[in-house]
Amino acid sequence: MDKQPAIELKNITKRFGKVVANKDVNLTAYRGEILSILGENGSGKTTLMNMISGIYFPDEGEIFIDEKEAVITSPKDAFSYKIGMIHQHFKLVDVFSEAENIVLGLEDGKYNLKASTEQIKKISEQYGFELDVDKKIYTMSVSEKQTVEIIKVLYRGADILILDEPTAVLTPQETEKLFNILRRMRDDGKCIIIITHKLHEVLSLSDRVSVLRKGEYVGTVNTAETSESELTEMMVGKKIELNIERNEPHDTIDRLIVNGITCVDRMGTTVLDDVSFTAKSGEILGIAGIAGSGQRELLESIAGLQHLSSGEILYLNPKTDSIENLRDKTPMQIRNMGVRLSFVPEDRLGMGLVGNMDIVDNMMLRSYSKGHSMFLKRKKPKDLAMKIIHDLEVVTPSASTPVRRLSGGNVQKVLVGREIAASPTVLMVAYPVRGLDINSSYMIYNLLNEQKEKGVAVIFVGEDLDVLVELCDRIMVIGSGKITGVVDGRTTTKEEIGLLMTKSKQEGESDNG
Amino acid sequence: MADTAVKTHREPLFHVVKRDDMPWWKAWAIRAATIVIAFFIVGLLSAAVTEKSFGETYSVMFSGVFGRLFEGRTTMLWKYLQEIAILLCLALALTPAFKMKFWNCGAEGQALMGGLAPIVCMIELGPKLPYPVLIAVIAITSIIAGAIWGVIPAIFKAWFNTNETLFTLMMNYIATQIIAYYVYLKGGGSNVINPVEYGNFPAVGNNNYFINIVVVAVITVIMYIYLKYSKQGYEISVVGESQNTARYIGINVKKVIIRTMVISGALCGVTGMLLVAGTDHSININSVGGQGFTAILMSWLGQFNPFIMVIMTALVVFLRIGVSKVADTALLNSSFSEIMVGLVILLLVGCEFFINYSIKFKHSKKEARV
Repeated sequence: MDKQPAIELKNITKRFGKVVANKDVNLTAYRGEILSILGENGSGKTTLMNMISGIYFPDEGEIFIDEKEAVITSPKDAFSYKIGMIHQHFKLVDVFSEAENIVLGLEDGKYNLKASTEQIKKISEQYGFELDVDKKIYTMSVSEKQTVEIIKVLYRGADILILDEPTAVLTPQETEKLFNILRRMRDDGKCIIIITHKLHEVLSLSDRVSVLRKGEYVGTVNTAETSESELTEMMVGKKIELNIERNEPHDTIDRLIVNGITCVDRMGTTVLDDVSFTAKSGEILGIAGIAGSGQRELLESIAGLQHLSSGEILYLNPKTDSIENLRDKTPMQIRNMGVRLSFVPEDRLGMGLVGNMDIVDNMMLRSYSKGHSMFLKRKKPKDLAMKIIHDLEVVTPSASTPVRRLSGGNVQKVLVGREIAASPTVLMVAYPVRGLDINSSYMIYNLLNEQKEKGVAVIFVGEDLDVLVELCDRIMVIGSGKITGVVDGRTTTKEEIGLLMTKSKQEGESDNG
Repeated sequence: MADTAVKTHREPLFHVVKRDDMPWWKAWAIRAATIVIAFFIVGLLSAAVTEKSFGETYSVMFSGVFGRLFEGRTTMLWKYLQEIAILLCLALALTPAFKMKFWNCGAEGQALMGGLAPIVCMIELGPKLPYPVLIAVIAITSIIAGAIWGVIPAIFKAWFNTNETLFTLMMNYIATQIIAYYVYLKGGGSNVINPVEYGNFPAVGNNNYFINIVVVAVITVIMYIYLKYSKQGYEISVVGESQNTARYIGINVKKVIIRTMVISGALCGVTGMLLVAGTDHSININSVGGQGFTAILMSWLGQFNPFIMVIMTALVVFLRIGVSKVADTALLNSSFSEIMVGLVILLLVGCEFFINYSIKFKHSKKEARV
């Protein structure tokens, strides 16, 4: 190959306590190519890239840049080697404009916003970014913020770009736009490294793929010569089927009717605007939308955690056939009304569970208040913990291990296990497979399908549109707190959902204009 | 282009790595070793300052705390236990609040208010009420006074999310000034209230402190059970770890904050009662003597476990009494013992660093390249 290596990693090892995050990783990325780092969650992709960008320092091994050994002890060092990293979580000052954010922190002695603006415009033109340099960050969409991050590292002269899961927060349309820009940068001779776990993106974008598994380097293949199933096998270590079953729903009846609810947050922003929908028993209702479009508030409203300014949430109790309004009820009141509502929130350790408590005590969260005794009864929660550990194959040293020490997948199994054990009639799950490896993800899909078969009304808030269209019976799309459409999961396409996701925003903008 | 970026080698000499895999026995071995080292350092410094021999220093320290224990006289030992009891009671009072991550720095003021109630009862009601009734009134009023002083910051925290650290600290100053004013009123210009003869806790078997020690022992056991086995204790832990989880599961967070601070303040009030009715039979602004702040450290060093707190307070009180006896022999004032106690606490806190982190020196790379 006549390409020039931009960055080489040799025998990189990094440990966190007993956990080996990276072990003897060897990797080469060339100029003028897009290299994907593929691996499941927890396989050490981000740790590896953090060592290149100076956030961590390797325990063992060397990094070579342009065939010279490099010591990178801080992000500043990384910049001096022309390495730029675009993190999953953006690091921008909200009240500053794009241009201000880009020049922020540069120590070249002069602050000349006008000259900088010119240069930013030049970069934007060169690679095809469409963005107003004077726009403030807080008015931007996630995709625009990401663009600012990318221009920021380009402005600083980076020619090795690392992007950590850049598409996780984008719509299909935005993803395609980003990929075009990345391709243009590649053709310009830059070295692009993209961290991802989405196979179809790897195949459509990159030139070569390096696979990590459990912190170890598995191998590198040319994208043109590989397939989805080969990559999965490299990633997981064994062949697995990637099909989600979807049975026709049967005996569906309305279980939860949400009627025109509006929710205004503490800042005075309307986060839910006249939302109405019906969740039926025995079906999975998907909710799609750009992150932060009101999904969290919607589920929390139903669970009794948000104050609503109007509307009603009606629950049709299958036992008594009575209709209960859940609006303005606390979670405790909802439970005492006999409403069997289970909720797997997005923030597992910060809301669904207590990280420092063990599995038994976390099981107890749901049941501790039962009975009149002053004291806790740990027998039943303990049995439940053992049952969940056994049934869902939770990997844990014991039932008395703090849940924060478990891996993401096992944490989620504990939480979903507890919520399902309450034998719900409505099950709400928010991003249930975020951060999970492939096997755990499929276990969660299967559990949801089981619940659907049992006649539970499942509400599934997801971010991966591929999964949504494979798993859900109906998909409701939410945009800026409004329902922009409900589509049939069996006939819709990702592109259709993608358009609905951005619909309300475009309307809103043209209204203002 | 890339040449300008080349840097000289400047590897970090070592780096600090978080660990959470240390077995409990090893952690305790490190803490025990720290205590031994701390005692050694205290001995060395005391010997140096007092110009005594090393061994002599320790013997003064031990006889200063235990007195003539081996000759059958236990007065000193009881005094030692009494001082442990007071410090421990304050630490126990703070623990439920701390477990809830409510940083109650107001034990000093809550205990002073809890001490004000009994002295008022003793002076005003002492001659009028029969003894058992008086004791009951003293107990109830001191608990209420402490609880009120504790619950005020809690109410503001629950409804307005004020900073409880500053709030409780400010409440200390208010309490101190109220005590100063009362002493001025009743002291008749001398700024001292002479010991009141009414409403004193009875001596048991010639021992004035017996009741105090028993009360605190009982509170220790109850607090352990309350935190570990009661529903309320569980709620405290959940609210402390994550208010979001608490809300999600239907715990009334405001109620728990207020209830817990009532308990915390009430127990500080009990300490004030033990000091006034059980020990001094009087009050002044230094009655609690800064122990409300030492108790914060005791609660932390005891890892919020009442039984470990017993060990930690025993250790600190031993040093406080022992070193001050050493200092006495060299005509030094009590500051010296305060310095030593501070040093030992610093070492104990410092050793937690080595339990939670390990230090890695970088060498593997150089070897690999040869």
